[in-house]
Amino acid sequence: MRVVLAEDLHLLREGLVHLLRAHGLDVVAAVESGPELLEALVTERPDIAVVDVRLPPTFTDEGLQASLTARKRVPGLPVLVLSQHVEQLYARELLADGSGGIGYLLKDRVFNGEQFIDAVRRVAAGGTAMDPEVIAKLLASNARNEPVGRLTPREREVLELMAEGRSNAAIGQRLYLSESAVGKHTANIFAKLGLVPSDDDNRRVLAVLAFLNEK
Amino acid sequence: MTIRALVRGAALFCVALLGQMVAFVALIGVLASAVLGMVFLFPPVVRLLRRTTRLSRRLSHAWSGVEIDEPYLPEPGPPVPLSDGWYRDGRSLYRTPRIPAFNRRMNWLLKDSATWRDFGFLWADMWAGGLLAGAPAILVALGVFQLAGGNPIGLLWPVLALGAARWYAPWAVHAHGVIARVMLGPTEKARLAQQVSRLARARTDVVDSQAAELRRIERDLHDGAQARLVAVGMTIGAAEELMESDPVAAKALLAKARDASSTALRELRQLVRGIHPPVLAERGLADAIRALALDTPLRTRVTVELPGRLDAPLESAAYFAVSELLTNAVRHSGATEAWIDISSQGTKLRITVTDDGHGGADASHGTGLAGIERRLGAFDGVLALNSPMGGPTTAVIELPRALQTVRGRPPVTWRTVTMGICWSLCWIPIFPQGFVAMILKLVGIEEKSWFLALHLPEPFQWPTIIGMILLGAGMLATAATLSAQQRKDKDLACA
Repeated sequence: MRVVLAEDLHLLREGLVHLLRAHGLDVVAAVESGPELLEALVTERPDIAVVDVRLPPTFTDEGLQASLTARKRVPGLPVLVLSQHVEQLYARELLADGSGGIGYLLKDRVFNGEQFIDAVRRVAAGGTAMDPEVIAKLLASNARNEPVGRLTPREREVLELMAEGRSNAAIGQRLYLSESAVGKHTANIFAKLGLVPSDDDNRRVLAVLAFLNEK
Repeated sequence: MTIRALVRGAALFCVALLGQMVAFVALIGVLASAVLGMVFLFPPVVRLLRRTTRLSRRLSHAWSGVEIDEPYLPEPGPPVPLSDGWYRDGRSLYRTPRIPAFNRRMNWLLKDSATWRDFGFLWADMWAGGLLAGAPAILVALGVFQLAGGNPIGLLWPVLALGAARWYAPWAVHAHGVIARVMLGPTEKARLAQQVSRLARARTDVVDSQAAELRRIERDLHDGAQARLVAVGMTIGAAEELMESDPVAAKALLAKARDASSTALRELRQLVRGIHPPVLAERGLADAIRALALDTPLRTRVTVELPGRLDAPLESAAYFAVSELLTNAVRHSGATEAWIDISSQGTKLRITVTDDGHGGADASHGTGLAGIERRLGAFDGVLALNSPMGGPTTAVIELPRALQTVRGRPPVTWRTVTMGICWSLCWIPIFPQGFVAMILKLVGIEEKSWFLALHLPEPFQWPTIIGMILLGAGMLATAATLSAQQRKDKDLACA
């Protein structure tokens, strides 16, 4: 799998390259600024881009902007955005085109190499990887939302993991449930939220995120 | 329109008349306190003066459309006792603060040039602006008086006054305001004094809160992230030692170290959010407020109309103010919806936060709102809170000069003075010396009165009359041009 990496801190960039290569991923470009990133994304057409939000030269949201521009030119280009802080606003902008292949994680998530690589692969396959903190914020701002309030605690747990972008199997593993039990929960959640159920994992996640983003 | 202006002009003349009487009373009071030593009369006299001129200021704002700021020096604070409980005033010591406080007040009133300008205004108002504004009404009254006396020429005055009223009356009412501003507005010195005292207060507040903020950050770092990093280091050290002998335990320790570093990061993130939210740095005020709105459980609508980014300190003050207002709405108001509107008018930034809660918020309770006011105060910003019982609550934040730093136009300059003189005196050459003399000459009345042209030998009479009218018109034109120029400058400064 071919990866383009953008991170301005040398130490962190080297660490990430090392981590990705150790898991058999091919880092074709490791850049350190917004313009370089855009150039690399458009010419290399990688299977996934791993991008830090804040990049030179402006040190604002250069990375995010470059990713969004690249996705306009190369529709569906999978992008995993890393940041020191997560904002619903950015998550919304990333998800806006509704085509999936989006990841948005806190930088500390790279501490757990296995899970991080799992997220990279999921996004590269067109799936979604949202940071638990984004989901927690989404749910908190939906706290007074009628249908969300009617979910049972267990259903909420399932919803959280589903919104992060995990498959039924992964959710079951996490919560020590059988896959069919998770399936039942998800069916209930979809019924309570008034969403049309879908067998396709990715489409299911996007529906849930769109619902939570509606506030 | 014309009738309203006529009535207002007459009312302004009446106010000027009242002011004249107040001026008489004040003169007696001032003489009594200065000559007879009845100093206790002075403060009430000044209070009376100020109340009367305040009325004129209000009227000129409401009727003439000329805003006049209060020019007075800031009131002195109460006297502070010495360490032994006595009060010092000059070379004397007093047991109670009464006399030092009175002396301070006396000094404050006596030395404020605005006191004496008020006094001067009340004397002059009737003869300058008041007469100008009230001229049509006076002419009508004169005509009625003469008609009642059986003099048919009396019919001329009301006809003349009402005929010209359409152009004259609105202009005269405005002119009254302009003249009043010259005498009642703050001088540059008073304006600076007011600004200095406001800035001194704001600086103290800012320095205090900045110091408190730094102390809080230091404590948070010391007890939080710093302590956790020490723990991480120690845990890694322990793991290193166990690596050979007990790899399983070492692995567990390393996992613990990783968790501790995650916690440290989370704490740092929260701390950073409290110092300067990253989204504010990355996107500016508009998007930061949008992000804030997304994070609250209220259904929040945000409308932003801003030409560009603001200065970072200002952005941050505005952001934290909105954040605090939203937090209050969530915690105390029981609201389900909120509206945030950010807009700019000239250089002024205005933020309105409204919620549909049950209201009853009070800025004097709780430290949150006081904190906002302090923070905004550093930028001359103000917070106005309107929260009736039963709601809704509306908070308006106004930050002047937020969008561009422009120095305020000095209120009294040669231009303003020339303009005031032209506005106030141009009627003399036009009307009495011009038109009235012309009418007297045409009708052939022998009365010469104070009309210059009629005292001259015959061949010079007509040229003088026409010259007078031209002079008056010229003064009027100068005044109008200067007014327009001033308005344009002001608009430019605001753009």
